[in-house]
Amino acid sequence: MIPLSFYLILGAILFSIGVAGFFFKRDIISIFISIELMLNAVNLTFVAFSHFWHQAAGNIFVFFVMVVAAAEAAVGLAIIIAVVRNRQTLNADKMDLMKL
Amino acid sequence: MHPALFFIFGAIAVAGAVNLLVQRTPIFSALSLVAVMGALAVLYLLLGAEFIAFVQVLVYAGAIMVLFVFVIMLLNAQQPESSHRSRVARLVGIPVVVLLFMEVAGVFAATYSTTPVGFSGRIITVQAIGDALFHQYLLPFEVTSVLFLVGIIGAVMLAARQEPPQPPEGRLPRAQAAGHGGSGPTPEMAAALRQPARALGGVGASDAEPHAAGTEVKPR
Repeated sequence: MIPLSFYLILGAILFSIGVAGFFFKRDIISIFISIELMLNAVNLTFVAFSHFWHQAAGNIFVFFVMVVAAAEAAVGLAIIIAVVRNRQTLNADKMDLMKL
Repeated sequence: MHPALFFIFGAIAVAGAVNLLVQRTPIFSALSLVAVMGALAVLYLLLGAEFIAFVQVLVYAGAIMVLFVFVIMLLNAQQPESSHRSRVARLVGIPVVVLLFMEVAGVFAATYSTTPVGFSGRIITVQAIGDALFHQYLLPFEVTSVLFLVGIIGAVMLAARQEPPQPPEGRLPRAQAAGHGGSGPTPEMAAALRQPARALGGVGASDAEPHAAGTEVKPR
């Protein structure tokens, strides 16, 4: 039997790696991929709690997170395509139009 | 058998996430994320969430990551050059990330370390999920469909090329190039192409149409 905390700590590891990727990555697509990793880590904790408390609601929340992630991926990738078409770069450091 | 499965697929997930972090080319990061999602799907099955496991493979690893890979291929994403700010981010970011992990994992370990979960054969079935989704969570479900509709429209609006500015600029050089061409039928075609522009410049106020006036004057 595995303690519940193992699943939660695995989720925390994945979330921290996602935050690290969000900080360290320079190209905008990798930053987006890191966000997806963070969403997956949160999903793991939702499913673990859902199993622990014998509630279907945790699975419903995961379902909604997936739906929002799908919409976010579609809109975000469209924004990335528009940005690259305008600025010809994927580097997030070069996207400083609103910076003084 | 069950603890071994957790550790095997947990290790695969962590290894995939670390590989995502250290790879510098976006396509390798995306493929590592597919590996993480596959391992997480197995963990969901271990937790008795069969519907979520299937949706994870179908929607997340199947559809969303295909979208990512497609965009990476479309934009021909290479590894970006390192800048000064990336080193600063690494210097400040590593302690912040370690602190965040210690905080979250410390709370989890302190609160839930004595509560074992296991594959007790208790599965949250598709029937239970559908029952909850269409009775208790019906309004969020409908709102989600509206969100999807807005997302579709937004994606199409953002990714579509801006066509309206294109045709006037595309037509002017072609008419001029045809006028300068020396072969037989081109002068008549050029004159026919020039005719609407002249009519436009004559009917509309000529000061309001500098482009039309320019095309009319230049060939003479």
